[in-house]
Amino acid sequence: MPTEHKVHSPTLGGTLAGTVPGQTPPIVVATALGAPGSPDDILAKRPLGPLFWFALAWVAIVAISAIIANLLPLQAPNFQNYTAINASPSIHHLLGTDDLGRDLLSRIVFGARVSLVVGFAAVGIGLVIGGALGLISGFKGGAFDIAFNAASFVILAFPAIVAVIAIVAFWGQTLTKITVIIGVGTIPIMFRVVRASSLSFANRDFVMAARTLGATSRRIIFREILPNVVPAAVSFGLITVAGVIVLEGSLAFLGLSVALPTPSWGNLIAEGTSNGNLQTNPYIMMWPALAMFLLLLSINLIGDRLRQRFDIREGLL
Amino acid sequence: MLKYLLKRLAQLVVISFIISVLVFLLVHLLPGDPTTIILGVNATAANRQNLLHQLGLNLPLYHQYWIWISNVFHGNLGQSYLTHATVTHTIANGFPIDLELIIISQVVAFAVAIPLALITARRPNRPLDNVATTGTFGLLALPPFLLAPIFVAVFAVGLHWFPATGYVPFTQNPATNLHDMVLPGLALTAGSIAVYYRLLRSDLIMTLQEDFITMARSKGLSNTRIMWRQAFRPSTFSLLAVAGVNIGSLLAGTFIVEYLFAMDGLGFSIVAAVQQRDYLVVQGITLVVAIAYVVLQFIIDFLFTVVDPRVIRE
Amino acid sequence: MSNRQAVGVTEGRIEFPDVTDFADPLLVVNDLHTSFRTGRGTVHAVDGVSFSVNRGTTLGVVGESGSGKTVLARSIMGLLPVRDVIRSGTVEFTGHEMTTMAPAQLRQVWGAQMSMIFQDPMTALNPVVRIGNQITDSLRLHLDIDRKEANATAVELLRSVGIPSPEERIRWYPFQLSGGMRQRVMIAIALACAPRLVLADEPTTGLDVSVQAQILDLLQAMQRERHMAMILVTHDLGVVAKRADEIAVMYAGRIVERAPTRTLFAHTRMPYTRALMNSIPRLADPSGTRLQAIAGRPPDLIHPPQGCRFAPRCPYVQDKCRESDPPLRTAASSEHVFACWFPLVDGAPPPAAGPTPSLDPETQSS
Repeated sequence: MPTEHKVHSPTLGGTLAGTVPGQTPPIVVATALGAPGSPDDILAKRPLGPLFWFALAWVAIVAISAIIANLLPLQAPNFQNYTAINASPSIHHLLGTDDLGRDLLSRIVFGARVSLVVGFAAVGIGLVIGGALGLISGFKGGAFDIAFNAASFVILAFPAIVAVIAIVAFWGQTLTKITVIIGVGTIPIMFRVVRASSLSFANRDFVMAARTLGATSRRIIFREILPNVVPAAVSFGLITVAGVIVLEGSLAFLGLSVALPTPSWGNLIAEGTSNGNLQTNPYIMMWPALAMFLLLLSINLIGDRLRQRFDIREGLL
Repeated sequence: MLKYLLKRLAQLVVISFIISVLVFLLVHLLPGDPTTIILGVNATAANRQNLLHQLGLNLPLYHQYWIWISNVFHGNLGQSYLTHATVTHTIANGFPIDLELIIISQVVAFAVAIPLALITARRPNRPLDNVATTGTFGLLALPPFLLAPIFVAVFAVGLHWFPATGYVPFTQNPATNLHDMVLPGLALTAGSIAVYYRLLRSDLIMTLQEDFITMARSKGLSNTRIMWRQAFRPSTFSLLAVAGVNIGSLLAGTFIVEYLFAMDGLGFSIVAAVQQRDYLVVQGITLVVAIAYVVLQFIIDFLFTVVDPRVIRE
Repeated sequence: MSNRQAVGVTEGRIEFPDVTDFADPLLVVNDLHTSFRTGRGTVHAVDGVSFSVNRGTTLGVVGESGSGKTVLARSIMGLLPVRDVIRSGTVEFTGHEMTTMAPAQLRQVWGAQMSMIFQDPMTALNPVVRIGNQITDSLRLHLDIDRKEANATAVELLRSVGIPSPEERIRWYPFQLSGGMRQRVMIAIALACAPRLVLADEPTTGLDVSVQAQILDLLQAMQRERHMAMILVTHDLGVVAKRADEIAVMYAGRIVERAPTRTLFAHTRMPYTRALMNSIPRLADPSGTRLQAIAGRPPDLIHPPQGCRFAPRCPYVQDKCRESDPPLRTAASSEHVFACWFPLVDGAPPPAAGPTPSLDPETQSS
């Protein structure tokens, strides 16, 4: 733990894990100052690496194929071909079919839409609203900040899963509604992260300098603080995308995601584990599970590399 | 110290109160009501109105809230509209299951993450470290609803080592209880292992570069001793903080796991209750869960004051 | 030219002779090189340093940031990272060769025979361990005493470094103390086991000026009391002017001038040393006197320049300086060495052409 560390009741009230201003990474050995630390600078500025590009490629593949799904030479996802039930992978059905004769590859490609839309759109909502609030709140402080911070804490104390379950069950199971519900749910989390970041920059000298030059608060927020906050927000946002995709999957398992027969990866996995499908045709569960595993892995990897790049502390939660 | 505790306690009360209001509103502001479910789809409007009146559901909201909350204070959380089982009973049955799941998953997570981090933080970027880091990364991509079916497929259906469903209370038969808990517990622990390991490792690496570690070395202290007494201690704080947040997010996973393994826990009950518009059950369970979470945060806060000397004394 | 005593090395444990038994010099450093492998090349932080220190004396090592003085201190102790560090040369301490010691043996030396005082007491003290424990850690490790005795000793140590109510403060945490107090605690820790040699790395940088003097006085008093040798590393010539028996001036990884203190000030040879002296503002100067800074920047330690390393910044530079590296040679008295082609003579700048004939014949000193 960096020693310049003010911990004010880290879970309630004040900022979690405080701010870590100016804790310089291990020395630049060439100037031979201070302690010779580990010269290979373990945590900061690692090269992105081949894994990163694989991850990016996978996400791109999934995204693109989801977008152009209608143009791809696939059997319609809900079309039930009774002559090919539980077929093994073949030329006609690259990933096989399920117990109702539906093409698995097609269902996965179309199902990707749900995961990606929910994932990115929900986090988008959270980032825009929660991020804007956090940005202002961290910078301005005062009553505004106290109020919103307290509110975010109370909301986060509420078991989100229950709220989501309830709202989805009561309100309706469409893609839009689910996206909105989860999106609103990510607002307090994004608020906290952006606020912590904004707070740490608001106290820096360059903000003070901008103020002495006569800049208005609005200008400072947009020109000085926002660019510094974006890296943290983006990388954390990516990690939240992974979390949202998991949430959608979990909901699907409870029967609370997009209504069948519309495919979503969560739905597919749920189908794959019910009705004894695990014994008769494990592929039904396997392919979407694999796809989701790879997608989550990729997103986490990308978010993590970005986080390393910009030297974000995990304590910003 | 006492003043601090009292302040926190007051906050706890206020937050609980706010949560109770939120819970109530959540349930009552959404469309639909239990009458259709209780009376069936063909119920007449008149019957439904009667039932609403009977259940006290057409009173103004604040009145309903008042009735509910004063009942809660007397320990009466109400009954299920359909089964007539008391909410308290349902919670008393289900809570220990989820609690045990969470405890097991966290114990395992710490037991794996801490030693692993201590070993790899000393030699970062060596083979063991790379394997561990990649491995835990993979764990992050395996949420409970992915792991659980895989475990069931492999270990229950395939190898018959562990059961796919079922739960026996600990008090009844500890051995079977723990045995049955293995698969669900492991499905739940994966994410936590990854989170704790990565946090601790990065924290340790940072701490090991601090000047006071060099100073400790210059005193002639051995590496093992330095690791335990000097490097690990500051990191326990961030672990504690993250544990608090992590357990909160664990809730969804816990519900999924016990649902998948057909353990009669709170998750099971609440999903059913939501679908049946069983208001009181939903309210009761949500309230209890939320307050439990808040209490946990307070406990962690308190532990912080005990463990980190900087918090209160500053 | 080391003075070896018959010392026993039984089963990895090193037996150290009593302070009074051992003859000088206590520490002999010979041609020490320390380099770091980085992504951009190898940094030669310490590039051939030799000197010796006698018991009970103070050597001041002075230089700008980047001169390599801190790396030197750590290199002497052996407190360097394991990977990507290349060290060559010898460091003989009470007759034992430190550079070839196994880690377990080094740990015997550290804290007990040789210890270090770090620059920033806030970061060098563990923030979550009580002060008392940070002292007793050392005591119980190296000396064979129990907890009660260790605590009592720690209290006495705190008292001796001037911390009031030590019985109470022993349970305090570092953040509860002021900067000066923390530095005193550091000194207490470093001196706890009565080491023969203390390396003080900028012990007063970052402290208020008034506190600086107190800390230095304290160090000096402790040193005299325990007949301890000290290497005082600093960028401030003023700090060592009164407190060091001998001063070594470092530049770009090398010692460019070394002499007993009075000789250094009276018969400065290196223009760099003179420049350092000139840059110290004097109280007696009228207000408004410009500060004399040394123009330019220290050289790149990855690719050091060909000739004298100070050449780009030297006000008296000549062609020869840029072409070849001046060797270290002795001046009028044998304890005074310097490395310059055109050294100052009695404070005056060198003549424009050729070395002055009044210098001794050029001899290498080790």
